[in-house]
Amino acid sequence: MTKTILGTKVGMTQVFDETGRIIPVTVIEAGPCIVVQKKTIENDGYNAIQLGFRAIEEKKSNKPKQGHFAKAELKPLRYLAECRVADAALYEQGQEIKADLFSAGEWVDVIGISKGKGFAGGIKRHGMHRGPMAHGSKYHRGSGSLGAKGPARVFLGRKLPGRLGGERVTVQKLLVVKVDPERNLLLVKGAVPGPKKSLVTIKSSVKA
Amino acid sequence: MDLLKSVETEYLREDIPDFRPGDTVRVHVKVVEGTRERIQVFEGTVIKRRGSGLNETFTVRRVSYGVGVERCFPVHTPRVQKIEVMRKGSVRRAKLYYLRKLSGKAARIKERV
Repeated sequence: MTKTILGTKVGMTQVFDETGRIIPVTVIEAGPCIVVQKKTIENDGYNAIQLGFRAIEEKKSNKPKQGHFAKAELKPLRYLAECRVADAALYEQGQEIKADLFSAGEWVDVIGISKGKGFAGGIKRHGMHRGPMAHGSKYHRGSGSLGAKGPARVFLGRKLPGRLGGERVTVQKLLVVKVDPERNLLLVKGAVPGPKKSLVTIKSSVKA
Repeated sequence: MDLLKSVETEYLREDIPDFRPGDTVRVHVKVVEGTRERIQVFEGTVIKRRGSGLNETFTVRRVSYGVGVERCFPVHTPRVQKIEVMRKGSVRRAKLYYLRKLSGKAARIKERV
């Protein structure tokens, strides 16, 4: 069954492997997550656990959330996320899930909200080609043709400038290089979506 | 940032001598040939040192058989067995790219005292 943990992105660096090769890694502060709620087939129609992450001051969380955490007899947490499990009965409410859920050498998928780029042109947003910048050319970074003349309209889905980034992105099959359960750190090979300090979800990979 | 540094400190080497651009160093590199591992020595002038933390690298230049050879090593790489500082040089730049155009007598570097 898929293992899930929440974390925040700390940043990127590099480490050496045993042969002395450099591996680029993203450091993620993962967990400890707390099981806030259990969802069962009898009650909810499916099996899942709700994970909470990062303590928050009581006055910073709203009334509905305070009530939800009071029901679980827990302090308010900043982030809540659900993860499907085979059998929710195996978990205890208030149980901690730590970074040692994963071990080095495992494959994971990492989900995050990518960095917002604002209103971006076609070249940056879709990887379109650029026109000549000189020699009398007046076609520089524009989108070019929007399609045939005949239909007298632009077809839906035409790649054009617009908002870029700031959306949910999943990066699949990243290698867990190292796990540090004492400091709740996961070292994952490669880049992970989002800015530093942003929330990321780490799941065991669907492609593993 | 501190968490990132704490990750790096485990990999940092403490047996690295103090050396700067202009110094002549002898780098003992571990070379893997098939299954055998042996040590190869690369001696030359440090022409640049860049980066910080685990990301720090330095470039050594030597002229072998009339051909200039430059090798770049990460300072903290476990592939380098040891670095010996043979001679300290006095230079007025951080990057000694001008050495590439010079040869023989002109490419000498004054000793630092």
